[in-house]
Amino acid sequence: MHLLPSIPRVLLFSALILLFFNATLQAEVKEYTLENGLKVMILEDHKVPLATFQIWYRVGSRDEPSGKSGLSHLLEHMMFKGTPRYGSKQFSRIIQRNGGIDNAHTSKDHTMYFQTLSSDRIGISIDLEADRMSNLLMDPKETISERNVVMEERRMRYEDVPQNTLFEAFSAAAFMAHPYRNPVIGWMSDLSSLQREDLCILYRKYYAPNNAFIVIAGDVNPEEVMEKMGTAFEDKERVSIGTRHVTEEPEQRGERRIQIKKEAELPYILVGYHTPSYPHRDSAALEVLSAILGSGKSSRLYHSLIYEKKIALNVGADYSGMHNDPFLFILWGTAAPGRDIGEVESEFYRELEHIKGMTPSRREVEKAKNQIEASFIFSQDSLYMQAMKIGMFELLGDWRLMERYLEEIRKVTPEEVQQAANKYLIEDNRTVGVLVPMKYLQ
Amino acid sequence: MNRSRLRKIFFLSFLLISSSLMIDSPDALEIRRTILPNGLTLLHVERHSLPIITATLLVKASPLDESPEKAGLANLTAELLTEGTEKRKAVDISEEIEFIGASFGVSVDSDYTMLSLSVLKKDVEKGVEIVSDILLNPLFPAEEIKRKKELIKGSLRQSEEEPSFIGEKAFKKAVFGDLPYGRIASGGMETIDRITRDDIKGFHSAFYTPNNAILSVVGDINDSEIKTLTEKFLSSWRPAEVKKSHPVHRTAGNKGIIFIKRDLAQANIIIGHEGIRRGDSDYYAVSVMNYILGGGGFSSRLMQSVRDEMGLAYDIHSFFTPNKEAGLFQVGVQTKNESAKAVISEVLRQIEKMRGGYVSDQELEDAKTYLTGSFPRRLETNRKTSDFLVALEFYGLGLDYIEKYPMYIKSVTKEEVRRVAMEYLDPGKLVIVIVGTRL
Repeated sequence: MHLLPSIPRVLLFSALILLFFNATLQAEVKEYTLENGLKVMILEDHKVPLATFQIWYRVGSRDEPSGKSGLSHLLEHMMFKGTPRYGSKQFSRIIQRNGGIDNAHTSKDHTMYFQTLSSDRIGISIDLEADRMSNLLMDPKETISERNVVMEERRMRYEDVPQNTLFEAFSAAAFMAHPYRNPVIGWMSDLSSLQREDLCILYRKYYAPNNAFIVIAGDVNPEEVMEKMGTAFEDKERVSIGTRHVTEEPEQRGERRIQIKKEAELPYILVGYHTPSYPHRDSAALEVLSAILGSGKSSRLYHSLIYEKKIALNVGADYSGMHNDPFLFILWGTAAPGRDIGEVESEFYRELEHIKGMTPSRREVEKAKNQIEASFIFSQDSLYMQAMKIGMFELLGDWRLMERYLEEIRKVTPEEVQQAANKYLIEDNRTVGVLVPMKYLQ
Repeated sequence: MNRSRLRKIFFLSFLLISSSLMIDSPDALEIRRTILPNGLTLLHVERHSLPIITATLLVKASPLDESPEKAGLANLTAELLTEGTEKRKAVDISEEIEFIGASFGVSVDSDYTMLSLSVLKKDVEKGVEIVSDILLNPLFPAEEIKRKKELIKGSLRQSEEEPSFIGEKAFKKAVFGDLPYGRIASGGMETIDRITRDDIKGFHSAFYTPNNAILSVVGDINDSEIKTLTEKFLSSWRPAEVKKSHPVHRTAGNKGIIFIKRDLAQANIIIGHEGIRRGDSDYYAVSVMNYILGGGGFSSRLMQSVRDEMGLAYDIHSFFTPNKEAGLFQVGVQTKNESAKAVISEVLRQIEKMRGGYVSDQELEDAKTYLTGSFPRRLETNRKTSDFLVALEFYGLGLDYIEKYPMYIKSVTKEEVRRVAMEYLDPGKLVIVIVGTRL
């Protein structure tokens, strides 16, 4: 729908979260695989009589052909536009009629559809999702209409939010060759030229049991669920996806800078460094580093830029390790009224030099680990978040990676945090984007 | 009334009101409600599936309790609680909370202030100790007041680039004028500057009293553990007489079109007028009516028409904000500037249609099954539950509300939906706010 998960307005604020798993708390995940390759993970949690159903397809903006940016996200929209059995928009109506909610999101690497509803209605999710995995109508008139809806979505989320306009330009600068340079929602001119035929090709190629997996969390009985699952999905046929070629991003050799001039009140900055994604061995140290720099009011950036020096209104650090390919470690901030964005940038670098030059204290590293672990435990309170985590790790290769990840976090030493800063957060590996506020029209 | 007399009354209430309610349905919550000797209402739900505890403290202090000249006082007071106590500096507070991986936040709404704590079971004593220190002994240091004012004013300034914020601000002001509900909780640049340290200290001692607050605790904690903690950390919190805030009188309300020019790809449109109070007996019929009009996501008439059929918006919705003293009704939508007129006409047409005819049996049934069937999701997590509990108490909905809600909804008829549409949707009173490049 519907939502694009990617970039919340105050950018990437939420992203520290939830990469981790506490083995002592681990509820048991049961894993099944149907003959056609469809993998199902079920986590039983009987605390409330609810269940979340999520189906993940391994296709996102990374897989779009040149000139077709936004295609996988438009297809996500079309998935709500009916099959011969359930007409347009019936999907959401049926779910809501049963007291549930449903939605979907598209990212660079995946497309995910979910419903949260009374656990005794889980069969409805199974039937509806099985149906739309292979029977989409994609009515030509509806396709055009939905394309217009997505263009409105683009205007709302990107064109009229200056920080997101900057993020789009910044990503395109940071990635010269890799498709992460394209926004998930698509460039406007691509959107206006997408055709029904393009959607059909993507749908036939990627919407298949062996390119998807299902995660269910909640008050369910796995055997009963799997019986329904077998009946609903067994006739779905495998597809041959072949090897995916994704253009590799060449090593960055020198700083890149871009500016966006746009109506806005305050200047805003993004500083990004190419970093590896999980399960790279430096991932855990980068995660701890980002918590030390940017998590909470006692973090280094908040304390220095907002509290002590009063040059910024908000700041943060985000390491986005949950990607299929290497992505970015990002620092962001808004200048306080009357302050120069250059001061914010210099202070970022001063803080980076500080941690590169001096090993952080054991207590500071311990605090970061406590924050990471606690936020993981809190996130288990929500069925949706539990299923989401299983899915994110499965997407990276295996949901069991999340157990390893927490162990790795616990093992991170102050020296490793310092080394990660020295290895990745360097000038030649840096892309800087600055939002230059323009005056309002009168 | 002097303090000792108050205390006696509270003690008596404690004996009389302390109750435990077990709801029949297997999925229902067991809510324990107690009035502590100092007058604090405590609501408790035990859940042992995770080693976490969430608590919400609702303080009946809001913009209703501040003067228009000092708008933002309730918000500034809440924001400053964490900025220094007799024994902790601001930096110590955030350091200690974050070291245990806990989170603490404040928010000020139209009707109340909420303080929220989430903490791991193993650190609960530490968490409660810090929060009680913040709540009972804030110092409001002058330099922190200055710092916080600048941050709030800076955020206000940044909000001015959000079309939805600009629109919302203009809309509330048009509907409620100078009444407290007509303002945003953080106040304005000038009013924030006018607030003094004495105002803040005065506001804190006037309203942050146990007899003016509701505490909910949800999670891995039993009665005796709560008792130990509240006795240790909250028994020194003394009750005091609270001067009740002035109710908001209904206003005639402004109407008409407000256009705010900005260089945007989309026109941001808000259409609406005054709504309904939370305590109004029509609240449930209005909920059903609004679900059908624009509250029901993809099932709503507005979404079906403006998004699905016309392809003119990504999102369109309507909602009623039912506050204690008065409410708001509004439709919100964004569309490219050139479609603004077409979308506004369609919204007006749908409002007229809602008033002009009966909803279909299917629409009525769908609204009811959604509203009743989705209720358990509102109580899924500890955080949702603890926030729900304080609202339950604040609005006087009763501990059996969870049990009764389906009945309230199921009893709504088509005739009532039509009647409340006629009564609470008034095309003659609409305010239309457009933030965009042209009218």
